[in-house]
Amino acid sequence: MANTTTTTAPARAVRPKAGAVAISGRRRRYTLLTRRDKILLALMVGVPLALDLILIWGPTLASILLSFTNWDGIGDPTSKNIVGLKNYQFMFTGYTLFWPAFTHNLIWLLWLTFIATPLGMLFAVLLDREIRGTRIYQSVFYLPVVLSLVVVGLIWELQYTPTDGFINNALGLVKSGHIIDWLGDSRINLYAILVAASWRHIGYIMILYLAGLKSVDPSLREAARVDGATEVQTFFNVVFPVMAPINVVIVVVTAIEALRAFDIAFIINQGKNGLELLSILITNNSLSEASLVGFGSAIAVILLVISLVPIVTFLTRVMRTSA
Amino acid sequence: MVLLWLFPLGWAIFTSLRTYGDTALHGYLSWPAGGLSLANYQTFFVQADLPLFYLNTLVVVVPGVILTLLLASMVAFCCTQFSWKFNLTVLMLFTAGNLLPPQVLIVPLFQIYLHTPIAMLGSIDISNFSFALFSDNNLLYDQYIGLILIHVVFQTGFATFVLSNYMKTLTKEITESALVDGANVFRIWWSVILPLCRPALAAMATLLFTFMYNDFFWALFLLKTGDKRPITTALNNLQGEFFTNNNLIAAGALLVCIPPILIYVVLQKQFISGLTLGSTKG
Repeated sequence: MANTTTTTAPARAVRPKAGAVAISGRRRRYTLLTRRDKILLALMVGVPLALDLILIWGPTLASILLSFTNWDGIGDPTSKNIVGLKNYQFMFTGYTLFWPAFTHNLIWLLWLTFIATPLGMLFAVLLDREIRGTRIYQSVFYLPVVLSLVVVGLIWELQYTPTDGFINNALGLVKSGHIIDWLGDSRINLYAILVAASWRHIGYIMILYLAGLKSVDPSLREAARVDGATEVQTFFNVVFPVMAPINVVIVVVTAIEALRAFDIAFIINQGKNGLELLSILITNNSLSEASLVGFGSAIAVILLVISLVPIVTFLTRVMRTSA
Repeated sequence: MVLLWLFPLGWAIFTSLRTYGDTALHGYLSWPAGGLSLANYQTFFVQADLPLFYLNTLVVVVPGVILTLLLASMVAFCCTQFSWKFNLTVLMLFTAGNLLPPQVLIVPLFQIYLHTPIAMLGSIDISNFSFALFSDNNLLYDQYIGLILIHVVFQTGFATFVLSNYMKTLTKEITESALVDGANVFRIWWSVILPLCRPALAAMATLLFTFMYNDFFWALFLLKTGDKRPITTALNNLQGEFFTNNNLIAAGALLVCIPPILIYVVLQKQFISGLTLGSTKG
């Protein structure tokens, strides 16, 4: 197990810190911190950090290691379990669900990025102007965000079910016999649940963007108006560039949401028949009867590698603003 | 647009208020001939044993939120009030950890939970609800504390990020002068910094409550016993049980979303400031 390395890591991380104060030139504070204070501080950072390393980063690293094995979760993994890149080879060439799932995640990402997120931003821009009842509108658009995806899934099932759902009834399709199986037809069900997911995502983006818009210096807009710019011009040429930091946050949030997508697809049909997603393939392979721990881990590594793109983007931004 | 947004929810409410017989006879898109009633809510509440699942959620979410805030505020305090060399590294480890998709770590985590021995010290029983101290199978798997633990550790990442952004705005002189007065760092954290962070803590508490309440994934895989499931995860099973009766499912879904909606309506300001603290000041 990784236990031996993870338990010593916090202790190691803390020791140089105590020294760092002494050379940081702020001698006054150095002398203020007693030995006891330093031990307390080490514990206050060390305990949460140890938990984070053991339960978050440890398993993440373990996923990478396990992806090179055929371990099935029974007994301890031994050197006999090492199979090299076989899991990856099978995943890319033999496993028929991988590329569909990959494509669905990609569609999810593109849909959120080019449809849901821009809509959320548009709502934010519209509601940012002093219109009557803007607070009520905000509350309404934000309402779905506080609901769990399980509830969102069930609420939209009431819209989509073939004979009893609102949509088919309202379109008169039930009467005429041309029933559309929104959630059962593998050509359209992904888009059907993307609509449901967007119902929630748009409000989330709207609130984040609205907070960003409020922090834009109003004199910038004033200046643009004096110069005769239209409202659309002002947004794209003045406000949007100033909002660069929040734009990054929103792109990152969107990408992470798309990669984490799991709940709705799982609730509708356990992620089958057109709703396969990478996240669901991981659990289906490794946490089911099949117990293909090694193979599921290989899929997890793919998801991890993709996730690192938005995560690193976000961290570099945090670094830049903190430095 | 607003009406369009409310429609799915409104339709669910409308469906939930009608009897099954009425909709089966006249279809769902019809004027309610049988009148509207709260009978479905009552049926679901009793038949699905809803109080048990609400209680399951409560025993996970309340300690979960409190522990998360304690741990996160400690880390945020240490990393913002003192100029250590590794402050940024620590904050980044926490932040990045929270951004990982949970599915990336679930497989090894599941194995850790299956192989970590935990003491069994009896349990607290209230009718059909039983809270084990700390485990009833000697494992971390299928235990409330196991679920609390992963919620706390995972959300500490997010809470640390937000709280440290907030604490950066406090001047370090507060801590310094308290040190001069002879207070130890633990006391400064508890009786000086935490009270100053009350708005941020309140905002985080409402947000964390909703996150943990709405969690589906962790409880689905880290709990096995159906009777231990928190309400959000239980709802998915109940859906299978009542799948022929849309009206009942609608009532169930709405019952489950009442607590977060109440929190949102009452504490809207905290809720939104919690979300935006993380993004705008970062």
